[in-house]
Amino acid sequence: MTSTKKDPVIVVLQLTGGNDYFNTVIPYNEPLYYDNRPSLAIPQEEMIKIDSNLAFNPSMGPVKELYDAGKVAVIHGIGYPDSPRSHFRSMDIWHTCEPDKVGTEGWAGRVARELDPNKENVLTAINFGHGLPRALAVPGVPVASIADLGNYGLLTGISDKAQRSKALDIFSKMYSPTIGGSYVSDYLKNTGMDAMIGADIVKVAPQMYSSTVEYPNSPIAQHLRDIAQVYFADLGTRIFYTQHASFDTHAGQGPAHPALWKDVAQGISAFFQDLEEHDSGDNVIMYLFSEFGRRVHDNGSGTDHGAAGVSFVIGNQVKGGMYGEYPSAKPEHLEQGDLVPNYDFRGAYTSIIEDWIGLDAKPIVNGSFEKLPVLK
Amino acid sequence: MSNKQELALMAHLMRRAGFGATQTELEERVAKGYEATVDELVSPSEDQPGGNMALLLRYHPSALLPGGVPVMGQANWMYNMVTTKRPLHEKMALFWHQVFATGNSKVDNCDQLLEQIDMFREFGMGSYKDMLVEISRNPAMIFWLDNNENHRDAVNENWGRELLELFSMGVSNYTEVDVREASRAFTGWTLGNKVPRLPYGRFPWSFEYREEDHDTSEKTFLGHTGNFGGEDIIDIILKEPATSRFIMRHLYNFYVADEPQVPSWTIEPARDEEALESMIDIFEESNYDISAVLKFMFNSDFFKNARFEKIKSPAEVVAGTLRMVGQFQFPEPGIKDIGNQPTYMGQALMDPPSVEGWHTGNEWINSGSLLARINFVADRVANTELPGVQSIINKMKSDSVSSAEELLDACLENMGYLTLNDETRIHLADHAAQAGTMDWSNEEGAGERIGEMLALISATTEFQYA
Repeated sequence: MTSTKKDPVIVVLQLTGGNDYFNTVIPYNEPLYYDNRPSLAIPQEEMIKIDSNLAFNPSMGPVKELYDAGKVAVIHGIGYPDSPRSHFRSMDIWHTCEPDKVGTEGWAGRVARELDPNKENVLTAINFGHGLPRALAVPGVPVASIADLGNYGLLTGISDKAQRSKALDIFSKMYSPTIGGSYVSDYLKNTGMDAMIGADIVKVAPQMYSSTVEYPNSPIAQHLRDIAQVYFADLGTRIFYTQHASFDTHAGQGPAHPALWKDVAQGISAFFQDLEEHDSGDNVIMYLFSEFGRRVHDNGSGTDHGAAGVSFVIGNQVKGGMYGEYPSAKPEHLEQGDLVPNYDFRGAYTSIIEDWIGLDAKPIVNGSFEKLPVLK
Repeated sequence: MSNKQELALMAHLMRRAGFGATQTELEERVAKGYEATVDELVSPSEDQPGGNMALLLRYHPSALLPGGVPVMGQANWMYNMVTTKRPLHEKMALFWHQVFATGNSKVDNCDQLLEQIDMFREFGMGSYKDMLVEISRNPAMIFWLDNNENHRDAVNENWGRELLELFSMGVSNYTEVDVREASRAFTGWTLGNKVPRLPYGRFPWSFEYREEDHDTSEKTFLGHTGNFGGEDIIDIILKEPATSRFIMRHLYNFYVADEPQVPSWTIEPARDEEALESMIDIFEESNYDISAVLKFMFNSDFFKNARFEKIKSPAEVVAGTLRMVGQFQFPEPGIKDIGNQPTYMGQALMDPPSVEGWHTGNEWINSGSLLARINFVADRVANTELPGVQSIINKMKSDSVSSAEELLDACLENMGYLTLNDETRIHLADHAAQAGTMDWSNEEGAGERIGEMLALISATTEFQYA
């Protein structure tokens, strides 16, 4: 970490619930789009046209601005064969890169392990949200999970400042290494100190942060602001992970789906403005994915679980544009009424892991997959 | 034994055979006696019911049939752990869930998983043979391990393999041919008409035996030859010494003391070979009766001496704390949060990381899960408004707890007669001493002092052990 060039950083943004590909990047010249979406087709005058064939959802204006600046790669038809159309199973497959069996290690956690094999930095990977997504879970790899940066830490329930600092002082004494402890008790003490140190380091981030960018008040924008704060504090974090939910729009999709994208698009826009303001735009890319796309034909008010979806890679170092092909919506090309994936998601991971992070992706994604030249 | 020693032993029993007990409950149980308590845990009476599902249904209907919202199913189970009057049955359900680990990540039907947990409550303390038959017929398990894809003309070995490797004998005690033959014997054990989830929603699944899909030709399994069906395979498995050893080691690992992770059991010797062998003897003499082993084990010296030799699982941390502080004795609002809490600590109930279940012992602990554990417990035990904390404070007041040492000891007793390492004790005693003797004329201040000490104890490494 002594070179002047900063280490590449990735922000993963998971669109939980199954984002509707058809209404995210719209093939507006395709008559089948209108035929299949009697209730949900977006009028041409409202959609944001990208080129002579495709348009963004009306609430993706901020994404279109980044796209026009050449910073957004759109990966079409992404997924994997034989989609089970189950949220849980599908998300698991995206997280562990194991479509045929139940995997136990997450791909992002494996990346963290490769980046910091000696566990020198307890903050190499951080999740923003509750719990730990399986993508980050690998036994023995420390990963912080921050639900609320402003209130992250040990014994945060003690509101009195002096009392809490006393409690933390006692904690650090109790967790200091002692001679003759058992393996398990030493392990507990080390982990406790890691947790406290991580929380202690990360708490400086909001204090150091200043920015003119105003983030919207949505949960995803707040998580992205927390990510920006930790990133600017220069704590050596390489993988940031967060999610927005719920894209599971079986009903009421008309108003719900644009509202979800409004929050996401505005949050992303603020985040990248913030990066520019801090002269950091060249060091960070963002990867957006969802566990599957949705059924081609709407169900009257929403859409059911589908297969192929769309991913986005965003950043200054991204070669913007369209990648791959929009899967055919012709009835004879659908499987169970769904667009069929024509690009394996593990290829997208491989592109990022190898061409951005600089690691060998094969052991991380469990095999060799076709890359896309999405990075400069 | 002094009364304090009896209480400490009872606290140990209730932590392991249940989810902990309050001081009042411990005193009542000590009055009944240790052996009588073991008997009662193993064979509770009719007026000691499990969680009140009618009450839960009234306030949180979605917790009964959570379908695609697994957290409500997790809340349902947590509510059971916190309120049941037959805690050993609930603990055994958790035990079998760890052994027969079935996950919503694939099943995607939490109703069926709750039904499986209910089956564990019903059969978990009876004959292990019956349990194997039941789990072989369990719809969630059949789908989880693809036995519905196991046909007479196209064998799928997933269930057959895990039955041998993870559910009975353990790896390296059988051949690949045995896996194949066992799988063939279970052809036709399938789901009755599993309706596709979409577009209709989730429907109850059921077991169905389809004779026309069952492979009726001869099989040779572990040296026995015949036209075997699934139950014959189970009978043969039970006679294998490896089976008794494997299941008893699971019980020892879960109830007595942490063993290394299951996959290393073929290499790592048992922690206490003598204890394990005595459990195996009881198991085989009793014709595989789980209750007989539990009774023997809880009354044994090796169990009584194994205090704090296990790291608590997240479910134990959450249920134990809620019982101690008296929260969720009623299905109050916010029940979803208690479904989520074990997940935050690394144990998403009914969604284990794989069919191998969770890695236990110190592998429960990482920096994120340790923070989640400590903060969860500390936030609650320091909340002097919660009924359980209130009664701890009231009891200390009526006992006239006065010196700093008395305060520390009384708090430790209320946290399950926890014992501390010398260093830890010195730091906590120093802290208590700084505030001097208890001032009961300021009741609020005294309560807060107790809450603070309970919170500090919950942050110790020692508290992470059961």
